[in-house]
Order: sequence, then structure tokens, then C-alpha cells
Amino acid sequence: MAKKTREELRNLREVKKTGIAQRNSSGESIRIIVGTGTCGIAAGAMNTLDAFQDELESHGINGEITQTGCMGLCFSEPTVEVAVPGMPNTIYGNVDGKAAHRIVKEHIINKVAVGDYAFEKPAADIITDETDDTTKKQKRIVLRNCGVINPESIDEYIARDGYAALEKVIFEMTADEVIEELSNAGLRGRGGAGFPTSLKWKFTKNVESDQKFIVCNADEGDPGAYMDRSTCEGDPHSVLEAMTIAGKTVGANQGYIYIRAEYPLAIDRLNNAIDQAREYGLLGKKILGSDFSFDIELRLGAGAFVCGEETALLASIEGKRGMPIPRPPFPAVKGLWGKPTVINNVETWANIPMIIHKGSAWFSSIGTETTKGTKVFALTGKINNSGLIEVPMGTTLREIIYDIGGGIKGGKKFKAAQTGGPSGGVITEEFLDIPIDYESLQSIGSMMGSGGMIVMDEDDCMVDVTKFYLEFSVDESCGKCAPCRIGGRTCYNILDKISKGQGSLEDLDQLKVLAQAMRKASLCGLGQTAPNPIMSTINYFEEEYLAHINNKKCPAGKCKDLLSYTIVEDLCVGCTACARVCPVNCISGEVKEVHAIDQSQCIKCGQCFDKCKFDAILKG
Amino acid sequence: MTTIAGKEKMLTPEIEAFIEKWKGKPGNLIMVLHRVQEEFGYVPRDAAFEVAEALGIPVAKIYGVITFYHFFKLSKPGRNQIAVCMGTACYLNGGQDLIDECERILGVGLNTVTEDGEFSIEAVRCIGCCGLAPVLTLNGEVFGKVNTKQMRRIIQQFEGK
Ligand SMILES: Cc1cc2nc3c(=O)[nH]c(=O)nc-3n(C[C@H](O)[C@H](O)[C@H](O)COP(=O)(O)O)c2cc1C
Ligand code: FES
Repeated sequence: MAKKTREELRNLREVKKTGIAQRNSSGESIRIIVGTGTCGIAAGAMNTLDAFQDELESHGINGEITQTGCMGLCFSEPTVEVAVPGMPNTIYGNVDGKAAHRIVKEHIINKVAVGDYAFEKPAADIITDETDDTTKKQKRIVLRNCGVINPESIDEYIARDGYAALEKVIFEMTADEVIEELSNAGLRGRGGAGFPTSLKWKFTKNVESDQKFIVCNADEGDPGAYMDRSTCEGDPHSVLEAMTIAGKTVGANQGYIYIRAEYPLAIDRLNNAIDQAREYGLLGKKILGSDFSFDIELRLGAGAFVCGEETALLASIEGKRGMPIPRPPFPAVKGLWGKPTVINNVETWANIPMIIHKGSAWFSSIGTETTKGTKVFALTGKINNSGLIEVPMGTTLREIIYDIGGGIKGGKKFKAAQTGGPSGGVITEEFLDIPIDYESLQSIGSMMGSGGMIVMDEDDCMVDVTKFYLEFSVDESCGKCAPCRIGGRTCYNILDKISKGQGSLEDLDQLKVLAQAMRKASLCGLGQTAPNPIMSTINYFEEEYLAHINNKKCPAGKCKDLLSYTIVEDLCVGCTACARVCPVNCISGEVKEVHAIDQSQCIKCGQCFDKCKFDAILKG
Repeated sequence: MTTIAGKEKMLTPEIEAFIEKWKGKPGNLIMVLHRVQEEFGYVPRDAAFEVAEALGIPVAKIYGVITFYHFFKLSKPGRNQIAVCMGTACYLNGGQDLIDECERILGVGLNTVTEDGEFSIEAVRCIGCCGLAPVLTLNGEVFGKVNTKQMRRIIQQFEGK
């Protein structure tokens, strides 16, 4: 494939578009699309792929099997979309070899959908935005191609208007017009802070410098979040296109994607996309025959959360220890190797081609007064439909949890949702109906964060969760400033004491004082935000802290030191189920006789409690 | 492995070629260390010294970088590496119980290798399969929705292989 001029790119796009349209209207081809993101593969998507291959072959059916990125339905991986002439495209979940066999036999040959595995709505309602269904809660801008195109095919990206925005920026727009467009769109950074993207670009554009850089932050450090990974895996070209647009706008010729080494598939897909873009002349010298040159390289992170912070990230790209430095100067003015640098988050980048292509008016019509567009969340925890979702800003938590997420697992009671990971806070039941945007979340002591949304139920203890987050922050503190290094450790120790029933009211007071001090005095965002989970949980769940301190009880039954399992003699029938399941053999008793738990040996794993059919084990 | 003047070299020709390719690029150290760890499973002391020489970077600086980043290891992991996810979703769904069970079965603690060198256990942060929580990986292969009872069977699959 040779490098393309603008005309050639346009022709290719038209050819590919008509190809797809023909394929859809002629209704001849059978297509099976398997989601092979990391989560799909983990659940066995590669076996599913092979199974379909075998099934089609053995029935002598001529069909196309392709791969795509995450469809967002992570709770039912492997997921598969099946397109058969004369039937609506259907999405199937939990597709193993057996399901593949049935789908080929029943759906493809007999033209009857396999109800046991099919999602109720046709595929178009679930993963694309091509319907006008207003009852649909999700809106896909960032994830427009995820789960739709083959992420390893640049042609499929181009067919869906890929690189049209870059064309426009290179040949039709001035730098100021691009910045104006982003400003009118109201795009704000999706990495957490919500800073207006147009302003950053403007700063960098206006600085005189022999060299400038564009950086993509794909470090995604929040444990329990994977939006950026899925975007890079499912639609890598959207990030490349956007970075190239920024390069043209601010006058940079080199871009870097800083990505976690823990994401091997995303790294492969990005590298593959970079190679393809270079072949087509969409990266490299004289892009699309213009006199603008730009190239992109990957740099791998190495497991340090603080490297998500922009100044630490830049230090890491420079090959150094990832320690943050005080700002200003901001990277936009003095960044990588001291040169002006635009740094944006993956999701921010993925929005940009669409804004340029469809226009700022379209984008700013979505969302709330202060926050435009959509937000991608990784919805996880105690939720039925755990997965990747994208909703317009202003959607309420209730809609996310109950309408999209399908409610709490096992019919339990919702307790709180945590956004912003270790830097964020909890959203409680009373706020389920506030429309989500940067300002509203901040006003209730949480934050938008980068998109992790962890749902917790009545069995989760707030002291325990806060301790978990503090342990993370302490572990990840780079140690440069004392408030974060020492303050964090001290907070953790106090939380540990409280969770063991050894805390006092003075400890609780000290925790509050320390949290304030860390927030004010820490050098970078890590230390400044690490106490957020403490403040937020004390604010909304103080009685739970008090129960640990005053009554030496963990109301949720999570903190093991405050928990014991005992056998209720009247209810025990001596079935021996508990004794058999106990991993440390600390339950004794003869068949048909009352059993007893040796408290000194018990590790409080709760397996006996779960096993007992007679409610004869008391947890408390 | 190549031998120069009687002293055995640690870095393979492939790694040396990799270093050659990256030598001129600023900020190459972390990429080179990734390549070394990919080969050996950790960064051996001799390899660190050879990297220092090849890149003209002081050894102290190299160790500064290795010890800063969690991903780089200074000691050899087990032949089979178990990594239990302790990201938030996995933690809430019982990740700690998996670690406890794993430690019980193998008789070693976190970040240590069994005496026969067969297994090592570590805790890692979110591997991005939160929908399948709790999750663990064994030599990179992901196991989702794991409960403590399956733990022994999963370990046995790899034992002695
Ligand atoms: C401790 C810490 C961790 C961060 N982690 C990330 C991260 O994982 N991904 C990210 O995009 N931004 C992260 N950020 C925010 C970045 O510093 C920066 O604001 C962001 O990359 C800017 O891009 P945006 O304007 O597009 O959001 C983190 C900030 C702090 C203080
Ligand atoms: S928290 Fe374990 S995979 Fe995300």
C-alpha cells in the first residue's frame, strides 16, 4: 500500500463505504463478529472463534468471521454479534463451544434466534448509535467504533469517516479555527481534572519553540478501571488521528503514547495501527501530500500510579524515576525535555475527531450546562451488568445503576458508588438522582475521575474500603514530599487500628486533621487527593466508623478481626457440610451431632456460613 | 549467549540489537529494561551492569529507575507466576481470599518463590477484566470468576509442567 493523497483517501473511503452498504443491502453474507478485547479473550473468546470456524466448515457454510473490540458487555463475555440475511443482527453472550454449535444450527441455518444466549434488543440498539431510540440511555461517541469495527483494519476505520477530521484540519482549517471549534464544543479533559482542552492547546500553540510535543496519557492507574484500555484496543486509530490533529494545530512533529506495560493487547493494537497509518501516509513525512509531518511512538509505563500525573509521566518518558514536579510551569508551556507539550487523556483524544467532523454545535448539544459530551465508565463491583458504558453527561447514577447496570447483584441493597478511584469519594443513595457532571460530583465530595465506577452493596464496609484505597496510595506514593509519604502512612495505620476494633474517638479526630493537612500540603495530585476517600466516607458513613470504635463491631461483617462465626446448637443437625468445607479443619463434630468451631484456628473465611443449609452458623 | 574475552555476557545478541536501535533515542532506559525483563523474567545484576555500559548511564541511576517502578523485578520469579488481582473490583469480590488460599496451598507468602522454584505469588493492580472479578493470571493466562475452591485445581494444572 502506498502513501495516499487527500483524493486517494477520499476515494478509498467511498469504495469501502459502498462495499459495506452493498454487503448490508444485498443481504447475502453471513457474518460472525467476536469481541476479542482483553476481557473477551480472558473469558475464552479465542476458543469461541475456533468453534465457529469448525462449525461453519462442518456445515459447509460460507461465512465471514471477524474480530472486534470490547462491546461493553463484559459481564457476558465472550460476546458475539451474528449477522444473517433477513434477520436483525443479534448479540449473543456467554458464547462457548456449545453455544456456537447451537447458534450455527439454529440461528444461521434455521433462522431462529437462540433465546438462551441472545440479548433481548437487536445489536443496533446495544452497541451502535444508529437508531433514534430515545429510551436508550447510552450514547456512543468515544466508543463509536469499539465493538463495531475490526481494530486491526485501518480501512474499516476510514470507512466510518476515519481520518476525515484530519483531512479537514490539514486542508481546510487554520489552527485558530480548530482551537475555536474545541472551545465552542466545550470539551474538557477526561483524565479527571476536567480542564478545557482548547485552552491547553492554545497555550502550547502560542509559545515560540523550535520543538513541541504531543502526549497521550494512557497510563490508566485507577485500579478497577479500563476505559482507556478498551478504547486503545477497540479503536486505536481514533487516538492517532486526534494526536495528529493536535500536532498540526499547535505545531508539533512528534507524539508519544505513554501506556501501561500491563496492557499488552492495547500495545499491540496501537503499534499495528501506527504501522498502518505510516503505510497510508497518515503518519510520517508530508501527511496526505501536505507539507505537514508528524509521527508517534509508544513509551511503556512500568507500574507506577503516580506516573499518571502529567509531570511524573513526562519524567518517565524521559527515562527517569517518575517523580512529579511542582506546577507552574505547566507542561503546555514547559513539558517534555523542557519543550511545550500538549498532554491529554485517551478518552479526551478519542472525542476530538468526532467534534471536528460533526461540528461543535452537535457536540455541545449533548450534556449539561457546564459539561458537554459523554463520559465512559467502567461499571464494576456488585452490579449485575458489569461492563463498559458511555452515557451523556447529566445522566443520573440511578439510570446508570438500575437501567443500564441491571441493579445490584443478588438483590442486595445499594450502599454507595465510588468514582475517581483512590482519589475520589462515595456517592450515596440520597444522591442517586443528581445529574452527573464535574461540578455536581465535586459538590457532594466525590469527583468525575477518569471513569472507574465501583458499586458497593450492604456487605461492603466503608472503613475497609477506605483502608484499601489508602493502602494503595501509600504504596504508590513516590516519597518525595513528607505530607503524602508520612501523612498517608499515618492515616493508613489509624484506619487499620479502627478496622481491628482498636481505634478511639481521638484517632477519628486525628484522621480528619491529617486528611486536611495532606490535602493542603502535598506536592502533587496524588497526595492532595489521597485523603478524599477518608473525608467522603467519614462524611456519609460516620456511624459506621463509630460502630467499629465504640461497639467493636463491623456492621457489614467484613472486618475479620471484629467477626466471629459460631454454631447455633439448636439448629445444627450435624450434616458435616461445614466441617468438610473448612479449609483449615477447625470445625469438629460427629455425624448427626452438634458441631463446634475452634475460634483460635478460625480464619473467618466464611465458607461454612455460605455452605450451611440450616442457618445454623451465626455471623457477628 | 556470546562470550567476549572469556567473560560470559548476559545480554543476548537480540537484546544488544534492541539497545543499538534505541541508543540514539532520548529516554530509552525504561524501554531497554522492559526488553531485558522480557528475556529473563527479572533484571539480573550483571545485565544491569551491561546495560549501564552499553547506554553510558551510571549503574546507580539504573537501579534508581528499577527500584522506583513496581513492574521491574530484581530477583528471579518462580517458574510459574501467579498474579492475583487486587484492583478494587477484585478486592470487593474476594481477591484477598484468593491470596490467602494461594499462600496456604503453596506455603509461601506474597512476593516469594516456593522452595522448589515452581511458583511465585504476587498481587497486581487491575488487569482490566473487572467484569470477571475476582481474577488471577497464571503465566499470563487469565482466570476469571475464581473461587477459593478452584484455586487448588488451577495450581495443579501447572504443577511440574
Ligand atoms: C496521581 C494522579 C494520577 C493520574 N492518573 C491519570 C491517569 O491514569 N490517566 C489520565 O489520563 N490522567 C491521569 N491524571 C491526570 C493527569 O495529570 C492529567 O491531568 C491528564 O492527563 C490531562 O489530560 P486531560 O486534560 O485530557 O484530562 C492523574 C493525575 C494525578 C494527580
Ligand atoms: S479490579 Fe481486578 S481486573 Fe480490574
